[in-house]
Amino acid sequence: MIKGIFKKTKYVTTSIPAQEKVPTPIIPDGMWIKCNSCDQIVYKKDIEENNRVCPYCGFHFRMNARERIKLIVDEGTFKELDSNLLTLNPLDFPNYEDKIRQQEEKTGIKEAVITGIGRIYGEEAVIAVMDCFFLMGSMGSVVGEKITRAVEEATIRRLPVIIFCASGGARMQEGIFSLMQMAKTAGAIARHAEEGLLYISVLTDPTTGGVTASFAMLGDIIIAEPGALIGFAGSRVIEQTIRQKLPEGFQRAEFLLEHGFIDKIIKREEIKKTLGKLLYLHKEVK
Amino acid sequence: MMADINQNLEQLENKLEALREFSDTHGVDLNKEIKAVEEKLYELKIEAYKNLTPWEKVNLARHGERPTSLDYIDKIFEDFIEFHGDRNFRDDPSIIGGIASLEGKAITVIGHQKGRNTKENIKRNFGMPHPEGYRKALRLMKQAEKFKRPVICFIDTPGAFCGIGAEERGQGEAIAINLMEMSRLKTPIISIVIGEGGSGGALALGVADKVYMLEHSIYSILSPEGFAAILWKDGTRAKEAAQVMKITSEDLKNFEIIDDIINEPLGGAHKDIGELAKSIKKLIINDLQELEKQDLESLLNKRYIKFRKIGEYQ
Repeated sequence: MIKGIFKKTKYVTTSIPAQEKVPTPIIPDGMWIKCNSCDQIVYKKDIEENNRVCPYCGFHFRMNARERIKLIVDEGTFKELDSNLLTLNPLDFPNYEDKIRQQEEKTGIKEAVITGIGRIYGEEAVIAVMDCFFLMGSMGSVVGEKITRAVEEATIRRLPVIIFCASGGARMQEGIFSLMQMAKTAGAIARHAEEGLLYISVLTDPTTGGVTASFAMLGDIIIAEPGALIGFAGSRVIEQTIRQKLPEGFQRAEFLLEHGFIDKIIKREEIKKTLGKLLYLHKEVK
Repeated sequence: MMADINQNLEQLENKLEALREFSDTHGVDLNKEIKAVEEKLYELKIEAYKNLTPWEKVNLARHGERPTSLDYIDKIFEDFIEFHGDRNFRDDPSIIGGIASLEGKAITVIGHQKGRNTKENIKRNFGMPHPEGYRKALRLMKQAEKFKRPVICFIDTPGAFCGIGAEERGQGEAIAINLMEMSRLKTPIISIVIGEGGSGGALALGVADKVYMLEHSIYSILSPEGFAAILWKDGTRAKEAAQVMKITSEDLKNFEIIDDIINEPLGGAHKDIGELAKSIKKLIINDLQELEKQDLESLLNKRYIKFRKIGEYQ
């Protein structure tokens, strides 16, 4: 027995079969969404009914243009403008036409912005809503042209303009033509402003690049949704340029508010009411 | 192709040198031979610079010896007095501006400024402005409007700077305001791309009545490196990007986005800035005569339409 103390214990080794992966619960596609902010698994329908805002933490999910119009514009009052403008391929960029067609099928819209005239609590306005699900809401010739025409229409009819921005910036595939849309839209807004008319810019997630550096930042009043990413350069580009990590909350709506670049952060459910009040307060006495 | 031509050029240049040396040391008259080689060399050079690829133009536009805004200002105008600061945050050395005289007439001059060596480039931030640079430019434009003098802008930037401070101080807002204010500035504006015209950072000095590009300059939505990084997630494919982006002066002339191309001396602007400055000066004088004849309303209308009509759609 005592001898046995110093004896090496003989273990029987067996190969254990590789641990089976814990099966992930099968969730029917698209029924549930994990909140990007609080990690809660949320029933998709709950989010949809809650204007795409997380019922647990208030995180604002991205919203497409049609949903946005439904949420903001008085029912049955929206008359769409220039819905037939079609995108061309000015640089003969490889596969650009195919890409546009895919995006059309995916989103059911022809380009990354919908423009029109509608009413908010009875007040008439020209409204443009960008859609970040269409090629990241990037601005090419059609987006620039539709926004410019909408603003010009507002100038002629002496109406206020409201633009919901949601864009990754300029449309790379249209190169220099995209860049020039910045000057074009800014010029139209200058003329609208000279007539003493109101322009409200609403910045939603994300508003970056050439859109930030043109009409997004030119509002008489600039509103943002909570947590929206708003900036000129993309965070990856900045990190590569300065070779350091960016601080938490950098380029978020709250950061811009703190630095003095937006007037107010407003929750999605309150935006329509706020716009209604602002339009009322700027009403022209005729 | 360019490499081949460069090699040929070099060989011929060496041969020329050898011939000259031989002629000098041995007292043999080789003038005929020397002349023949010189002619051949000239022909080859013309051929080479006529057929530069977009990527070669990118390199020429970024050439270390390429003249900067201050070089042109020095050669084209007299009595340049530089003004500093945006009256708000600081003076941004990536954009310079001030007043000068052109044949006795007061002019406001503004330009992106790159350094001519590493030390200068660090000071100038490689010609990449912060928001305060654009705000300084706007301040000087407003000053020009007040004193009724025209504005000349030289564009030469890889792009507006991407950094924390630039974002904190509103890079996007600064550029946006410049675009809007330039579109209605009540005085003539002429913009000339002299090197790199990179993205919104270039356009923020580019909403003008007349827009020109030097022959070997580029004007683009983004640097070819940035473009390749965004679209193909691979910044090293810049050469390929330069090809598809259509960024040369001929491309932009064909698109009717610029008014005209200003020809450069053989081998690029740095080979003979004196001649080039003379032709730019002539162009500016002619244009200003034409622009200042117009009444303000039609000037601003034309400027609006100039940018209003850009875009391809159906």
